[in-house]
Amino acid sequence: MEYKLTFKEYSEALKKNKVLGLKCQECGWINVPPKMACYKCASPNLDVVEMSGKGKIQTFTTAFVTSEGREDEVPYIIVLVELDEGPWIMGNLTDVDPNEATMELIDKRVKIGHKVFPGDKYSAGEGARPLFSLET
Amino acid sequence: MRKVAVVGVGETRFSGAQEKTEVELFAEAAMDALNESSLKPKDIQALFLGNVLGDFAEGQGMVQAFAAENIGALNIPASRYEGACASASMAIRDAFMWVASGFYDIVLAGGVERAATMGTPLATRTFAMFSDARYEYPSGITFPAVFAMLAHLYSKKYGIPLKKLKEQMAAVSVQSYKYGMFNPKAHLRKEVTMDKVLNSFMVSSPLQLHDCCPFSDGASVIVLVSEEKAKKLTNKPVYITGVGQSSSGPLSNQQEYLPRLRAREISAKQAYDMAGLTPKDIDICELHDCFSIASLIAAESLGFFEFGKAGEAWERGEAGLGGKVAINLSGGLKAKGHPIGATGAGQVYEIVKQFRGEVEPERQAEGAKIGMTDTLGGDAGTLCNLILQRGW
Ligand SMILES: [Zn+2]
Repeated sequence: MEYKLTFKEYSEALKKNKVLGLKCQECGWINVPPKMACYKCASPNLDVVEMSGKGKIQTFTTAFVTSEGREDEVPYIIVLVELDEGPWIMGNLTDVDPNEATMELIDKRVKIGHKVFPGDKYSAGEGARPLFSLET
Repeated sequence: MRKVAVVGVGETRFSGAQEKTEVELFAEAAMDALNESSLKPKDIQALFLGNVLGDFAEGQGMVQAFAAENIGALNIPASRYEGACASASMAIRDAFMWVASGFYDIVLAGGVERAATMGTPLATRTFAMFSDARYEYPSGITFPAVFAMLAHLYSKKYGIPLKKLKEQMAAVSVQSYKYGMFNPKAHLRKEVTMDKVLNSFMVSSPLQLHDCCPFSDGASVIVLVSEEKAKKLTNKPVYITGVGQSSSGPLSNQQEYLPRLRAREISAKQAYDMAGLTPKDIDICELHDCFSIASLIAAESLGFFEFGKAGEAWERGEAGLGGKVAINLSGGLKAKGHPIGATGAGQVYEIVKQFRGEVEPERQAEGAKIGMTDTLGGDAGTLCNLILQRGW
């Protein structure tokens, strides 16, 4: 059974600031990132849909210590965002000073952008990630 | 199903970077466990070994085969278990099932790791491999960052101001250091005060250095046998009476359930149901305190305290000796250390030693009869629980 929306396709779309998901024909849940089967009801009957790319911050952290090869990136903010369509996704947050990030960020509305992680020797190539900014 | 007993345990000291190989560390712990059991390597029918990052730490894959041969358990089936930090508990659970089923009578289970040998940058990179590599690692996720985000969620969900929550988290670390100080096997043996915790450097907000467990080297091994064999080998068998294991997908897909980890609640229920016990019955528990906040989340999901109330319990001493349940008398991952492939076996080692009354008086639970372990891999990608009972 062919994979309906691969990482490659998802990542290429994200490079155009588009978040793709898979809408479940059985329960209506939108799966992001894509799966073979719905992570709510396990149905494999899924259709590709595009998200609004808007949502609100559920939680965050500022990372001061990071992995080998990414030392130049710290400090940076990681967020879990609930998209307006329901699913949560992980990304980074821009336009906020990482040293000043507080619980005030929680529930703030954000919109999608992207940044490409160029990959390292373990990552099988590059991958786009969501780079959110506060909605103004 | 047959009853299965732990009849011997062995463990190296958990430590920072050291020069013994994984095979050497494992062999030392394994021989101690065998000697305690009055068994010889040739008696072992199979090996179940947790090891996560040996490939990165010393360029050694398939370490289980070399470990078996090295201790003289020649040509036995040897299997490696990888469930991130829960690997050894997975290995023990599978070993338990094979003995319970009657397929084997005597097996070795445990694990080994050289996480400290890798150094912080590579260890941080490889530990991040237990998050979703394609959809979450590009955002720079690290293991502390996962629990840092859960800490902020916890503060919000239960309405505990972050400053207050940080004090509760610090109380967890202070208690773990207090017990670890008396444990000769512990990696970090020092007193750490509340002030010191709250003034240590920020790793991933709001988690500071003393909220985080160290990367450790070490090995821990146990001998599991059928009840019939156990009766011939020892008058102090420790029975495994409940086991549980569950899995989860990427952190973001656990969404509205967070900061609770559903896999833990499923796994713990399996273990309780199988043992016919409830959280109230547990005297001592070694739980997965990879981060201070992780202790609160774990203790609540295991049913020891109400949701949002575990921090108060630690502050009141209810999670220590003389409390409702004595948690992490070994010092936990925080002070005893976290050689990830060995950690779950180390938890069982501690429970067995506690039952036998063989630990230092400062951290000995008097009369403990029922113990539980809780081991978490990744962002709850793997969760294992074991319930152990004194057989005398
Ligand atoms: Zn569905």
